[in-house]
Amino acid sequence: MTAPVPIQLTVNGERVEAQVLPRLNLADFLRDQLGLTGTHVGCEHGVCGACTVRVDGEIVRACLLLAVQTHGMAVETIEGISDSGEVADLQAAFRMRNALQCGYCTPAMLMTAQDLLRHEPAPDREQIREHLSGNYCRCTGYHAIIDAVEATALARRGEAS
Amino acid sequence: MKASAFSYIKPSTVQETLALLAAHGEEAKLLSGGQSLMPALNLRLSAPEWLIDIGGLDDLRGISVSDGVLRIGAITRHVELLRSSEVADNAPLLAQAMAHVAHPAIRNKGTLGGNLAHADPASEMPACMVALDAVLVARNAKRERRIPATEFFTGVYETVLAPDEMLVAVEVPVAEVGQVHYFHEYCRRSGDYAIVGLAASAVVEGDRFADLRLGFFAVGDRPLLANAARELIGRSVDAAALAAAQAALEAELDPQEDQQASALMRRHMARQLLALCVATLLRRPDLEIRRSA
Repeated sequence: MTAPVPIQLTVNGERVEAQVLPRLNLADFLRDQLGLTGTHVGCEHGVCGACTVRVDGEIVRACLLLAVQTHGMAVETIEGISDSGEVADLQAAFRMRNALQCGYCTPAMLMTAQDLLRHEPAPDREQIREHLSGNYCRCTGYHAIIDAVEATALARRGEAS
Repeated sequence: MKASAFSYIKPSTVQETLALLAAHGEEAKLLSGGQSLMPALNLRLSAPEWLIDIGGLDDLRGISVSDGVLRIGAITRHVELLRSSEVADNAPLLAQAMAHVAHPAIRNKGTLGGNLAHADPASEMPACMVALDAVLVARNAKRERRIPATEFFTGVYETVLAPDEMLVAVEVPVAEVGQVHYFHEYCRRSGDYAIVGLAASAVVEGDRFADLRLGFFAVGDRPLLANAARELIGRSVDAAALAAAQAALEAELDPQEDQQASALMRRHMARQLLALCVATLLRRPDLEIRRSA
């Protein structure tokens, strides 16, 4: 009974059918079976946040979710929200503010920052820090990342940064 | 690391789940939100033969209030508790504490029942349940039983749940008029497990505690309902009374030493939290004198 299990889901708006082993986590499924390598794998026990994706509209840790659990669900990765232009301004702000550095944490930082801005369009710096607290940046670029998110929030509200 | 191989099954009813547990309980793990189970599997701390995914059991989801009891279904997610007006109105301690449970991406999946059944001694919710005198409702194929939170936790990752039992709900007495609460934890990063934490519920009448329940966490192998609270109930609290309560608390503690803190440091932090809690709830900033342990 450890044989592959059939699943159907949508990934970035496209219907996907696959056979997955029960133990395969969503991050590995996205990277290895679908070639969507923007979702990064860091700690694999929920600490670093590098694997953050959206499932049914809410951010989750892709390393703490089995691919079989996403049967019938809608998964969105950095490739999806990047291609749609949803986070184009946030990405530009990350470049402008030097919030990228090595880039390893960046896709998940963008997923998490966008999640905050969707729920709270006018966050203060403390709220930004709190919301991003589950995402590690190994270059310690935190201040620049907070700056970029704050600048994007201000710009989206029509205020200068 | 990756999880070892297991078989996966997703029952659609509670009865079906209980039958599976009756058949495979010793070799099975229930998968709810998975936010504690998946790390344990990935680190190979746990290697069950079966994973029983209870994520589809909608009977076990939801928050309701009736007859003075706030009832929370076992697979209600953390984010639902955080956003619930029923929880904010009737158990504000839970709402406040939930903001300290992990991070948004984890709170979107993690469930209350899963958190309690996992029984991490550094976790916030077990201590809240002890402080609030909650009752945990467990079921197997034959019967349902109701377990006071104070009797539920038996050690590190250990509870009184039998292999064929599952947690189905939590019942929290609705906060009464005059009931106040306190929550604080020390941790390295917002959202991490606590180094030491305190979840407290109290009734204050005038300048005294009519009731005080202190739920300390990360100071032993399970959440601690501190007997030291008795030193502070029904009397005018002064520095001497507080010092006596702190001494009584120290005698109860059995903190572990780990990479984050020595046992001595945890004792000091627990004493400090007791003073902060009492000073805050009684609105007596004069009691919050910082002194070395």
